[in-house]
Amino acid sequence: MSGSWILSSLLILPLIGAAFILLLPGDSEATRRNARWIAFFATLLTFVLSLVAWGRFDPSQAGFQLIEEHDWFSHAILYKLGVDGVSMPFVLLTTLLMPISIAASWGIESRVKAYMIAFLALETLMIGVFVALDLVLFYFFFEGGLIPMFLIIGIWGHGNRVYAAFKFFLYTFTGSVLMLLAIMAMYWTAGTTDITVLLKTAFDPKMQTWLWLGFFASFAVKLPMWPVHTWLPDAHVEAPTAGSVILAAILLKMGGYGFIRFSLPMFPDASHYFTPLVYALSVIAIVYTSLVALAQENMKKLIAYSSVAHMGFVTMGIFAANAQGVQGAVYQMISHGLVSGALFLCVGVVYDRTHTLSIDAYGGLVQRMPLYAVAFMLFTLANVGLPGTSGFIGEFLTLIGTFQSNTWVAFFATTGVILSASYALYLYRRVVFGVIEKANLRNILDLSPREIATLLPLGLLVIYYGVHPQPVIDASSASIDAILRGVEQAVTATKTAGL
Amino acid sequence: MHETALSLPVVLPEAVLALGTLLLVLYGALRGERAYSLVTEISVALLGIVFLIVVWKSRPMGITFYGALADDPFTRFMSGLALIGSLVTLLLSIEFMRSERIAGFEFPVLILLSTLGMLMLIAASDFIALYLGLELMSLALYVIAAFRRHDLRATEAGLKYFVLGALSSGMLLYGISLIYGYSGSVRFSDVAAAVHDHHNLGVLFGLVFLLAGLAFKISAVPFHMWTPDVYEGAPTPVTTFFASAPKIAAMAVLVRVAFTAFPGISSDWRQILTFVSIASMGLGAFAAIGQTNIKRLMAYSSIGHMGFALVGLAAGTVEGAQSVIVYMSIYVVMTLGTFAAILSMRRDGKAVETIADLAGLARTDSQMAFFLATMMFSLAGVPPLAGFFAKFYVFAAAIKADLYGLAVIGVLASALGAYYYLRIVKVMYFDEPARAFDRPGVVARSVLALAALLILAFMFAPSPLTNAAMAAAQTLF
Repeated sequence: MSGSWILSSLLILPLIGAAFILLLPGDSEATRRNARWIAFFATLLTFVLSLVAWGRFDPSQAGFQLIEEHDWFSHAILYKLGVDGVSMPFVLLTTLLMPISIAASWGIESRVKAYMIAFLALETLMIGVFVALDLVLFYFFFEGGLIPMFLIIGIWGHGNRVYAAFKFFLYTFTGSVLMLLAIMAMYWTAGTTDITVLLKTAFDPKMQTWLWLGFFASFAVKLPMWPVHTWLPDAHVEAPTAGSVILAAILLKMGGYGFIRFSLPMFPDASHYFTPLVYALSVIAIVYTSLVALAQENMKKLIAYSSVAHMGFVTMGIFAANAQGVQGAVYQMISHGLVSGALFLCVGVVYDRTHTLSIDAYGGLVQRMPLYAVAFMLFTLANVGLPGTSGFIGEFLTLIGTFQSNTWVAFFATTGVILSASYALYLYRRVVFGVIEKANLRNILDLSPREIATLLPLGLLVIYYGVHPQPVIDASSASIDAILRGVEQAVTATKTAGL
Repeated sequence: MHETALSLPVVLPEAVLALGTLLLVLYGALRGERAYSLVTEISVALLGIVFLIVVWKSRPMGITFYGALADDPFTRFMSGLALIGSLVTLLLSIEFMRSERIAGFEFPVLILLSTLGMLMLIAASDFIALYLGLELMSLALYVIAAFRRHDLRATEAGLKYFVLGALSSGMLLYGISLIYGYSGSVRFSDVAAAVHDHHNLGVLFGLVFLLAGLAFKISAVPFHMWTPDVYEGAPTPVTTFFASAPKIAAMAVLVRVAFTAFPGISSDWRQILTFVSIASMGLGAFAAIGQTNIKRLMAYSSIGHMGFALVGLAAGTVEGAQSVIVYMSIYVVMTLGTFAAILSMRRDGKAVETIADLAGLARTDSQMAFFLATMMFSLAGVPPLAGFFAKFYVFAAAIKADLYGLAVIGVLASALGAYYYLRIVKVMYFDEPARAFDRPGVVARSVLALAALLILAFMFAPSPLTNAAMAAAQTLF
């Protein structure tokens, strides 16, 4: 099979980089520089390789492609990788954001080697989540990511980092172990953990309910959904800039990806049954956390709450279970990955200069930092969902999708769009506009070339996908249609059987 | 299985070990204190030889001594594991015993005697052999618990262990006599044939007493009271020993008795074990949170881990038996690795054992911190480390046996337990460095590194272990 090594190479490449860094001697200035460059090139190479994988990927096909399969655990659990239209965009998002995150971490001075190794290991585990075609393998990557992230927040975070790291770990770990039990139950029922087989297995509706809840416990915490979102603001505030970027842009998306990959197609009846619950939680997330965001005094916290609100659109779109809804959810996740990643980079830019995240400490930055003001403006508007940016497409599609299924939910969710405009623009006004009053801002410098290089690709993509959404939609539509056809058939079949 | 009245090849490991031990006792008694080095070296070699004999494939298997001892894949697997535990403990102890000036030749000899008891215990296929093996193992353990006999805490630990241990032996013996009285035999297979329904109340009572006695040896709740004090009070190499080899032997005999002597009333012992398992996991998770002494923490951790292993046994299926074997194998590696790290915690030639002493280890000794963190994440059951797969197997077995409640409580306990393992990682990685430890010994460092390597590399080649465990488990059915 052609290209059957390429996904494994995506997993191995960052680890090779990590091994090289591990072999660097000592902790001199030269070592640190080498560690940074090795990490950067390893991630860049991974990105290039993922583009190659994309080139070999045929978006018109619905099934999994680039499949690799090896025996892992006594013929029961497989090492099986593959991508389809839903997972491919996430793989690319991950590999794109990694070199950017490494570049954004150039200022890290303490324990550089360990930092870079943690990020490279994290990249392997994150890509693994999106390409795994075996449930246990998926879980393996899904949970494995906790270790490097725990260390990243705990070692290189600021302030209350220990509390944040523990909260992050224990919340996600507790949610996930319940999913593990569901995975085992599926294994004994279907006799395999091969996802391609499980997608074709029809589980008993009563059992589906329990399995769905097991998966929901994990994904709802990861995404995160209200009311289990409280770990996110803490984790974001205390994490180093690049940690926040990865957390917001990729780790959260694993929850949404899980809903689309597992909950919806494998447990269609349960998904149908629980849709009102998800709608309710999504609407609360959108409205309530937007209001909470309005009251924040900490920039990262504000963006964190805004992430929770935006993920509300995602869950709403997924469980609308129609083409626009799910397509919108995927789009929203990719867009939010770019936008929130960029927003955290923007916060990181000023944090590096002033070492505070408090909104009050800023004001009038436009006077000294025009370039920064432009970049921040672009991403703020994309976060609001202004037409012409990628944020708009995702929100719009999820709202259309939901509207067809439940008008009231769409109605309340739309108020979230207005609220997001208010908190995002409020933040922007307080940080950027006005005159400089704080003494320490008088000599603040505008974006450095390195910072421009990290923000520019994201900015271009946000605009490009805002005016030309077709590439992402084309890539994923065949797979999404296939998933939805299956769901519809299953739900209709159960209904007829019930009559 | 092939049964013979008396067959030396079948009991060759036990015979070699017994003979070797007796010779060492003689030599030690003649030479006195100076014999320590040589006796220890020979003991290590002896354990190595016995290990090789145990895993020697072409040696015939069978049941011998009129049905008292069975040599089958299960025996070989668990004996091998217990021997590794003893061997590594003995290696780790050398430096410690020397620097603490308690290097008597009795220590290696007692370890050998205890190991001999374990081999008998694991191979036992009637209740007499079981009791003899258990007592031989335990008597040696009572003595080494109090090996530092001028130390108040160590003697307290030894005494406590002895009193409670004697009590549990009494219960066990009483249980055995009830079982014998009501079933008419001491052989596991005859008991199994005689007991096939719930009406035999005498056997049920006997079973309860028997399980209580064995639960004491694996320190499962509610028979765990001795564990924290003994773990903390005993010299660290002794604690290492307590945490590894005897646990394997006792768990092995528990598995064997349950499956081969009482298959007819499995629903009864499964109930008891479900309770014991839940209680152990719960206590392990909660009680360890407040600990400051790392040995005490490991005591509660081992209580919790025995609870997890019992989940597999409570499932009562062949997958359950397999999962217990897998769990114990991975557990012993994690335990030996962790204790190798604890043994390297020395400042100014003195052993320190509070968690706070590990502060900032990542910066003073990044290697050791990394290895120990690997152990901690693995003990917590986080993928991609081996500890995760251990838990995966036991819970998968429980789910297959429809023990959903047990599985849910178990995974929640493991999530709770993650907290205190993470706390150690936190102390090592997030806190400001304390003074560096003394240069670690070669043995301790190699054991730690090897254990970490095994834990990390397990994901790449898991099938040898899981297949061997399956083969071992199948011999019980």
